[in-house]
Amino acid sequence: MIRASNLSKFYGGKRALGPVSFEIKDGETVGFLGLNGAGKTTALRIMACDLRPSGGTIEVGGVDAVAQPHEVRKRIGFLPENPPLYTDMVVTDYLRFAGELRGMSKAEVKRRLPEVLEIADLGDVASDQIATLSHGYRQRVGVAQAIVHDPKFLILDEPTRGLDPVQIVEMRNLIHDLKQNHTVLISSHILTEISQTCDRLLVLGRGKILGVGSEQDLATSETEIRQVTVTVRPPSSDDPRGQIRTVLAAVDGVKSVADPYEQGGGLAYALETTKDCRADVGRAVVQAKLDLLKLDYARSELENTFIRLVGGADASN
Amino acid sequence: MRAISIIYRRELGAYLRSPYGWVIGAIVLLIDGLLFQGLVLSGGEQYSAIILERGFYYQSGIPLFAGVLLSFRLLSEERQTYSMVLLNTSPIRDSEIVLGKFLAALTFLGFLLAISVYMPILIKVNGKITTAQIVVGYFGLLLLGAATLAIGLFASALTRNQLIAAVVAAAMVIVMCFIYVLAAKVDPPLKDFLDQIGLFWSHFHNSFEKGILNLRDVIYYVATAYFFLLLAIKTLEAKRWQ
Repeated sequence: MIRASNLSKFYGGKRALGPVSFEIKDGETVGFLGLNGAGKTTALRIMACDLRPSGGTIEVGGVDAVAQPHEVRKRIGFLPENPPLYTDMVVTDYLRFAGELRGMSKAEVKRRLPEVLEIADLGDVASDQIATLSHGYRQRVGVAQAIVHDPKFLILDEPTRGLDPVQIVEMRNLIHDLKQNHTVLISSHILTEISQTCDRLLVLGRGKILGVGSEQDLATSETEIRQVTVTVRPPSSDDPRGQIRTVLAAVDGVKSVADPYEQGGGLAYALETTKDCRADVGRAVVQAKLDLLKLDYARSELENTFIRLVGGADASN
Repeated sequence: MRAISIIYRRELGAYLRSPYGWVIGAIVLLIDGLLFQGLVLSGGEQYSAIILERGFYYQSGIPLFAGVLLSFRLLSEERQTYSMVLLNTSPIRDSEIVLGKFLAALTFLGFLLAISVYMPILIKVNGKITTAQIVVGYFGLLLLGAATLAIGLFASALTRNQLIAAVVAAAMVIVMCFIYVLAAKVDPPLKDFLDQIGLFWSHFHNSFEKGILNLRDVIYYVATAYFFLLLAIKTLEAKRWQ
């Protein structure tokens, strides 16, 4: 378990984090979500014993990270935003070096290496110099160095940063595999990344925790404000826009109807609603003998929650 | 000790793998060879001991010049390329990082010095000098190199900018070599102190260069290396885990 209590970090006189308190249970996959400068990287670096906190306590696996940083470092694998690579080295030599640095014997590294190469899917480039690898492979080598000593806790700071869509999917699958054997902490400002990989989210803004829980917990913990987009074929009447607007505005739960824009041969209306009223909207459109072309959420649940939480933090500051 | 060995092997491998170490070695040895041919062996008939002394004078450029070039990037480059995070988040001490890197640089410098040994051997074959004179001279060159590397390593610990680290290292070595100029302008006891902390003239030029082994000079170089390595370790401690 990782337990942070009143954890804070100041750079000079400027607060980067805290005070924050949180707990991460063994086996969990927790996402640190926040905008740039929210304090995600600072929090992760403190947990990885790369930074000393200015105040508060942090325990990793029951060990005080400030009093016994070396003990904590043995239990943690850390992939920072920029993978810590020696580009002049061959992949296997680099992983051997990283393993030995973490206290593994040569025999242990030799036994573990094939497994790590397989998990990170680095078999094809095992004998290549790191300088010759693509960004995606370098990121994989970064993950491999973090897991080479089979740590209990794995900390990945923006693991999909700079990857192309195919590499992002591959990295997501890799993280999914790592979840089976490690407690994983991931930071990202990409909402879909976090929601698809993590069991629990920790939303940070301006160094403070704005929300903790699953995507669903966070979504239902606030007043539900949803956005629905409906696209309707305009009827052949004198005022088609006014007619559609009247129909939509009369639906139970619809707070406001925005001005329409043309989309795919129809008129698209963004509706702000107080509940999930997609069924009611669909029914109303059909009953008014209008052609329904498309009906969808304008934003995902998590995006709405995130913007609400972070927006609240900005407003309070 | 184990961590020192791990870092030592990586750093030495980096010197041998990359063209950087070889380019420095080639340039230093080329210049040294030209100086040996053009200045040391010129001047007609002379005692071979005098020629050897002059040879060591010019050869001292190897540890001074290569020492700075081999050391200024040791820590600053790690920070600049973010690989320092791997060391910082591993269960190893700052002293182990510094010592592993220092010993690797010293080994590579020793290798460069060993390649230059053909010059005194040529003098020995054609003149009358003892093996002990050569060994003492090379021991002095290695000690001078150790002190220079430690100064460079300290400069490297100060900043992540490699250019600044190189300039600071070179400036410190130059000041310590020519501090006798300042010593000549002040009164004792400051004059004696400045004379004694000089990197080159007091402790190499007047002893090792002439084939004289003086314990006082050995202690000076060991103490200087220790002092700057300690500064590098303390600087790293202040920057790491802060």
